[in-house]
Amino acid sequence: MPFKRYVEIGRVALVNFGEDYGKLVVITDVVDQNRALVDAPTETRRIMPFKRMTLTDLTVEIPRLASKKVLTAAFTSADVAGKFAASAWGKKLAARQSKANQNDFERYQAAVAKAKRNRAVRKAYNQLAKSA
Amino acid sequence: MGKATIIAAGLSAHGRSKTYKRRGLWAIKKKHGGKFPTTAKKAAVADAAASKKTPRFYPADDVAKPLAHNAVRKPTKLRSSITPGTVLILLAGRFKGKRVVFLGQLPSGLLLVTGPFKLNGVPVRRVNQAYVIATTTKVELPKLSLDKFTDSYFKAAEDKQKKKKGEEEFFKTEEAKKELSAEYIANQKEVDAALLKALSPELKGYLSTRFSLKDGDRPHLMKF
Repeated sequence: MPFKRYVEIGRVALVNFGEDYGKLVVITDVVDQNRALVDAPTETRRIMPFKRMTLTDLTVEIPRLASKKVLTAAFTSADVAGKFAASAWGKKLAARQSKANQNDFERYQAAVAKAKRNRAVRKAYNQLAKSA
Repeated sequence: MGKATIIAAGLSAHGRSKTYKRRGLWAIKKKHGGKFPTTAKKAAVADAAASKKTPRFYPADDVAKPLAHNAVRKPTKLRSSITPGTVLILLAGRFKGKRVVFLGQLPSGLLLVTGPFKLNGVPVRRVNQAYVIATTTKVELPKLSLDKFTDSYFKAAEDKQKKKKGEEEFFKTEEAKKELSAEYIANQKEVDAALLKALSPELKGYLSTRFSLKDGDRPHLMKF
C-alpha cells in the first residue's frame, strides 16, 4: 500500500500532546525537518514540532502561509471537523470520550447491558455447539 | 473591643489602667454624672458580701486561673454535591462499597443514610461525609418522617453494643444473639417501604450492587 499521509501545506493533523491535546490543526508551512507552522480556526497560529501531532488523511486546499480568513473558509467549506468525526478514528475518540464521561450509574447500566448481551451470545453459541 | 492577650495563666497583657481605658468605663461614668449606674439587685449582692466575714485564711499558693477557651465549634458544612436523595458510595466500615441513599444531615454533622435495608442490607445509619463518594445520581425522595432518627437514637444503640465485657461474660462461650428492638425494626421497615416505592427497577438493581474498582480504573479521573 503506498504511503498517503504526507507532510504538506493543508494537511490536517491531530495534536497528541500538551494543552491542545485532541484538537485538529492544519499545516500552513513547514519550518524544517522537525517543525511546522500550524493553524486552525479557533487556534493561534504557531510553530509545532511534528512529534506533537499525528497526521490524518484529510487535507484542505490552502495556499502556503494562508491567512486566518482563508484558512477558516477552507476549513469550514471542506467540513474538516465533520469528516474527521465521521471517520473510524474520530468515532473511536468520541467513544473513548463518552466512556470517560460516564457517571457511576451509567457504568452500572453498561455493565448490566454487557452481561445481558454476553448471556445471549453464550446461549446461542451453546445451542449451535450442541447441534453441530 | 477585642480580648486582651493573656500572657500567662491569670496575667493579662493590659494593666488595670489600660483596661479601664479600653473598656470605655470613663464614658459610662461621665454619662451618669461621675458615677457608675447601679441597680437595686447589684446593691443587694453587695450587702450580702459585706455582711460576710472576711476569710481567715488566704490560699498560700497562687490559684491557677483556667485559660479561656474561645473556640466555637462550627457546624459541619455539607458538601454541595450531597443533597437529600443523592446516591452515595460508602468507603469505609463493614458496608464499604455499598451504594446508599442520603436522607438528611443530623445536627452532629453526620449523614443519615439508608440502603434501603431491603436492597443491600444497609440499615438507617449515620456516616461521616469524609467516608463517602457522592454520585451525581439522585433519587426522588418521597415524604419521609425522619424525626425519630436523631443522634441520640443511634447513640443509644451503639452504647448497648459497646458494653464492656466482664470476666464472667468473657468466658461465657455461648451467647444469645442480641435481638433488635421491635421499634428499630419497625422504623426501618417504614422507611424502606416508602423509599422502595420511589425507586425504579433499574435504580433498585443499582443500589443492590456493590461498587468496586476494576483493573485499569483510575478513581481520581472517574466521574461519579
